[in-house]
Amino acid sequence: MRGSWRGATRVAEYRLRNMWKWRNSIIAFGLGNPVLYLASVGLGVGLLVDTGSGGVDGVPYLVFLAPALLAAAAIQGGQDEVTFPTIAGFIWEKLFFAMRATSLTGGQIADGVLLAAALRVVFTTAVYWLVLALFGAVEWTSALPLITVSTYAGLCWAALMLAVAANVKNEDGFLAFTWRLVIMPMFLFSGTFFPLSTLPLALQWIGWISPLWHATQLGRWLSYGMPLEPWQAALSVAYLLAMGVVGVVVARRRFERRLTS
Amino acid sequence: MIRAQGLTKRYDDFVAVDGIDFAVERGESFGILGPNGAGKSTTMRMLGATLQRTSGDLMILGRDPAHEGPTIRAHLGVVPQQDNLDTELTVTENLYTYGRYFGLPKSYLMPRIDELLAFAQLEDKRSAKVDALSGGMKRRLTIARGLVNEPSILLLDEPTTGLDPQARHVLWDRLFRLKETGVTLVITTHYMDEAEQLCERLVVMDGGRIVAEGAPAALIREHSTREVVEVRFGSDRNAEVAAQLGDIGERLEVLPDRILIYTDAGEADLQRIVARGFMPVTSLVRRASLEDVFLRLTGRTLADE
Ligand SMILES: Nc1ncnc2c1ncn2[C@@H]1O[C@H](COP(=O)(O)OP(=O)(O)O)[C@@H](O)[C@H]1O
Ligand SMILES: [Mg+2]
Repeated sequence: MRGSWRGATRVAEYRLRNMWKWRNSIIAFGLGNPVLYLASVGLGVGLLVDTGSGGVDGVPYLVFLAPALLAAAAIQGGQDEVTFPTIAGFIWEKLFFAMRATSLTGGQIADGVLLAAALRVVFTTAVYWLVLALFGAVEWTSALPLITVSTYAGLCWAALMLAVAANVKNEDGFLAFTWRLVIMPMFLFSGTFFPLSTLPLALQWIGWISPLWHATQLGRWLSYGMPLEPWQAALSVAYLLAMGVVGVVVARRRFERRLTS
Repeated sequence: MIRAQGLTKRYDDFVAVDGIDFAVERGESFGILGPNGAGKSTTMRMLGATLQRTSGDLMILGRDPAHEGPTIRAHLGVVPQQDNLDTELTVTENLYTYGRYFGLPKSYLMPRIDELLAFAQLEDKRSAKVDALSGGMKRRLTIARGLVNEPSILLLDEPTTGLDPQARHVLWDRLFRLKETGVTLVITTHYMDEAEQLCERLVVMDGGRIVAEGAPAALIREHSTREVVEVRFGSDRNAEVAAQLGDIGERLEVLPDRILIYTDAGEADLQRIVARGFMPVTSLVRRASLEDVFLRLTGRTLADE
């Protein structure tokens, strides 16, 4: 098992060296994304909402919005950081096949990609949280719980997407497709910008299955004490965990299978 | 070093490798010669523990790749048919990254990379991006990459396919050097001259099966005469002329574009043909090669496909 982890860290090392080349855009995006959202939606829409109805959920709109944006950034970042290298590794550059000719196994390659994605998510989330704090959208003491819960959700989702990407035979718009038909609807219908309960019941199921909604619920509970029953919190944690575990198990198996056939 | 018995690979119901037996000894340079689709790459990937066999026994370095793949691969060098270098990285970075996959430390890799660059004659190109290299250079880099972990066995799948003659000769020279250092080489090729040059012993593969095995010279002795007369009378006349040359040489093959006469006295037989009043458009007397062995065994030429 220890040997297995060492293999994964070698793959992660390669991924991190690759990310290092893109550090400028990673940092620019990491900072620009939250600043833009907060300035436009957070402050702009927030002003409208707060003056109109005195905030949402008993708190200013920005405070309501912040945990959702943080979780969304983690989930989107996690997805990007597993789907691109996986498509490249199997289809574009086929580098996974070169890796698998060394002493690495398919499972270690999957783990390594995920590990590097996790580090990227921690970084993105921490930067995002810092911007939120500077805008006064979160308490300074919320750093650990909020960053942890968002990273956790991002990582679990990334694991699932790793398994999905490992099954893609030709890219054929897969990346654009998941962005438009998975990430965007998730972003819009997970109680991100307004409480899920204000959606028609026919659409609320999107929230219930959405990792973003579960992460957002946990985040709001931790951030400003949105009422959440312990069983609801436990269910959200478990739901995300199940997603992650299934993802890791399927991805490991799929990577090994695909690299040896 | 390698022992295969009844080694078989099936893709659905298509049998790509059909129960082959062979063994490779330490320090040997062993060849797999066969046309496209013979099953060479499939065999190589099974040897490299990157493809699960369907059935049969396989031992690499005394271990079964189905169970000890990572341990085996730690001692193998692999040069796949298609270069899969990291095109975003430089020459040196490719070697370094690959070495890191094996978990080799930087302190080992730095001097090792210098050795490998010297070996591959890529010292001037160390900071060049892979995209900027010629086909021959990429191939040498892939070979150097395969050597980064000081493998006991180097597996080369069609090392010179697609290279121009000069690049091929440079590469052959490098592989001779390597052989002298005692690395066991397994080489697939569909070039009979390459097999004759590089392999001490080889198997001839066709349609997933081994059709002959031995040293190149022994195979030629066994399956062919010493010399071959090649005559061309134009594609419409070859068959007609051949019918009247049946008594010349030991054996005769009619190909669409030429007639091959197997004999131990090529010049004399060529004169007999001319003396009968058949003037070939072109004629050639040459030593028999593995190409003739392949033709004899399969009825087809290696370059057919
Ligand atoms: N993944 C695969 N699925 C189905 N058939 C394959 C696959 N890989 C190779 N084959 C078939 O197996 C045969 C042997 O292929 P290969 O080992 O690549 O031959 P060679 O390297 O001698 O040219 C070919 O007919 C090829 O089409
Ligand atoms: Mg091949």
